Amino acid sequence: MNTEILGVILTFILTVVCAIPLGKYIAKVFGGEATFLDTVFNPIEKLFFQISGINPKQEMTWKQHLTALLTINLLWFLWAMFILMNQGWLPWNPDGNPSMSADLAFNTAISFLANTNLQHYSGESGMSYLGQIACLTLFQFISAGAGMAVCAMVFNAMKERTTDKLGNFYNYFLKSCTRILLPLSLVVALVTLFNGTPMNVEGKASFISMQGDTVQVSRGPAAAMIGIKQIGTNGGGYFGVNSAHPLENPNYLTNIVEVGSIILIPIAMVFALGYYLKRKKLAYTIFGVMTLGFLLFLIPSIYLEMNGNTAIERMGITQQMGSMEGKEVRFGSAASAYWGIATTVTSNGSVNAMHDSFTPLTGMFTLLGMMINALYGGVGVGFLNFYVFIIIAVFISGLMVGRTPEFLGKKIEAREMKIATIIALLHPLMILGATALSSFIFVKNPEIGWLNNPSFHGFSEMLYEYTSSAANNGSGFEGLGDNTLWWNISCGIVMVLSRFLPIIGPVAIAGILANKKYIPESAGTLKTDTGTFGLMVFAVIFIVAALSFFPALTLGPIAEYFNGFRV
Amino acid sequence: MKTQFFPALKLTLLCVLLFAFVYPLIVLGFAQFAPDKGKVTFVEYKGKVVGAANIGQKFDQDQYFNSRPSAVSYNAAGSGGSNKGTTNPDYLAQVQARIDTFLVHNPTVTKAEIPSELVTASGSGLDPHISPKAALVQVDRIAKIRHLPKDKLIALVNAQTEKPLLGLFGTEKVNVLKLNIALEAVSLEQ
Repeated sequence: MNTEILGVILTFILTVVCAIPLGKYIAKVFGGEATFLDTVFNPIEKLFFQISGINPKQEMTWKQHLTALLTINLLWFLWAMFILMNQGWLPWNPDGNPSMSADLAFNTAISFLANTNLQHYSGESGMSYLGQIACLTLFQFISAGAGMAVCAMVFNAMKERTTDKLGNFYNYFLKSCTRILLPLSLVVALVTLFNGTPMNVEGKASFISMQGDTVQVSRGPAAAMIGIKQIGTNGGGYFGVNSAHPLENPNYLTNIVEVGSIILIPIAMVFALGYYLKRKKLAYTIFGVMTLGFLLFLIPSIYLEMNGNTAIERMGITQQMGSMEGKEVRFGSAASAYWGIATTVTSNGSVNAMHDSFTPLTGMFTLLGMMINALYGGVGVGFLNFYVFIIIAVFISGLMVGRTPEFLGKKIEAREMKIATIIALLHPLMILGATALSSFIFVKNPEIGWLNNPSFHGFSEMLYEYTSSAANNGSGFEGLGDNTLWWNISCGIVMVLSRFLPIIGPVAIAGILANKKYIPESAGTLKTDTGTFGLMVFAVIFIVAALSFFPALTLGPIAEYFNGFRV
Repeated sequence: MKTQFFPALKLTLLCVLLFAFVYPLIVLGFAQFAPDKGKVTFVEYKGKVVGAANIGQKFDQDQYFNSRPSAVSYNAAGSGGSNKGTTNPDYLAQVQARIDTFLVHNPTVTKAEIPSELVTASGSGLDPHISPKAALVQVDRIAKIRHLPKDKLIALVNAQTEKPLLGLFGTEKVNVLKLNIALEAVSLEQ
């Protein structure tokens, strides 16, 4: 069998095999049970809580959780703005890179705060070493930890009882960072480090090449950042081209580890839910639905990329490696397509190939992954998005069979449904509204010079940027000239709304449901852990999410496919 | 919000300490045991550093095995791809021009033998590799310029070919810089 195909199969199997025990471990961490890392982290966490004056055992209501989340995020935002706008003169800047302009700093601060890691700068020339570590790497931990903390609260709210006490936000947050993200990031960082990724404090190196050109090589503390950017569905690379860079992702082994870490925690969170609630069947149902969607995007994408660019095929050369524009030889087409889909179905957004140069329909599948944003999804928040779809599916199927809509023993009523619907519709509103506005500006000012490609693909570049912002993904069709006032501010606004509203909504639903009377399961209960219900959720996802974007996709990738690619 | 402010502030500062200082320092500590202490592995030829092992460099002279086109002309202080869409007419004209140039420099090669990675830009602009096929297609040209027997060059490419991981996973590839250094060595022997 083709070694490229074998490579991606191995990657997926390894990831799932690691995700199952990790899920069990995460469930223990969230449940406050003893784990093998207690000896290391118990004293550290105790010290942290003591100094901060936090009692980790003090349980919070869902509203208190949200207050804590928003307060700490506001502080983080100020920290980021300060560092980014002053990194030019702050210490540890051996390459002498400049401070950011206010609008770029706004965009970058929001972007890393929202776990998006959309980058309108290029790491080599736009960040100091201090900025990379004390702002970006730090945020990659804490923004991911905040997402997981909220998810832990929702898990807690799904238990079979009636309460408004749902654990402590800071406790969930710190434990997610220390016990889950830190050890895993360290493993990934070390794998890349020992395969050639730099980790040093020196400035650029310089040499004269075989042909006599003087070449400067950017380096610095990259490995530490790469570990957490992959593990925490962050995706913000150290170097401009992210994991396509031969120092950021030196060989096929590091590629397996890096792309595996993208979906590792998102999958493990689903298994964690099963262990935590002791409802393994529910977890398998959710995992099944997510995997079905993932494979539906993955398989055609791999096929299309390996098949090559038809426009180049017509020139009469051989495409033995597939469509190679924007791809690296050490990964090949299959592993690049795999990464492209894995990074967009989750909210990671790191890349090992340029998405702008994917064949049109692969571009569409990456867009769809972000438009749905719940097939695996981000660490923590991915499950929250899926939770919204479950609520809607429960309600619709309840109506269809004439039973009271119930989920895990709680009645779903008008208030929860309203919240769920608003959250589900927010995503298309953000993406389509902002894209429409930008398209309008572009059509009125064609000389504005935003787009790197004409026609349908140019439209896709704008659509992709907002989809990536709204999905808190962070990858891009990087041909877009995005470091301008308009793109920095508009993407910043989309990112912040699309981060916090889809957290507030599901948290509110879960909090309200937890407070309702628990109704034990009976013969009249709609079973939510069956294949039938799984298919129902799948249908809801495709009707609500995918179809609302269909007209926009028709104008972009689908039109491109039929005009030029598939003549 | 007021009651949350100071605990949140203190916890944030402690997180700065743990994740922005302790964690990077641990990785930096391990780096002292990594290849070249995590400072990028450089390659020497005739006692001088001529490149980094993992970073591609520009080879466009006929006497060397050529590397792939690069959207940033192999500027390792700022990476980048072309970000051209697959159906962009300007881009396709550029690829056509690269094909024509290649045919001029390699008159014995037919169009159907040209592998696409030799006329398309990589994602990073710093791709250090080409496929073995892309190296073999250049053998005729180099043999003629350097007056070397073709068999020897084919053997050289085969010796420099890196197999997929464990022979099973991923792609076959050749590091262009290492291949060209080996090529110089072979030329000197003659």
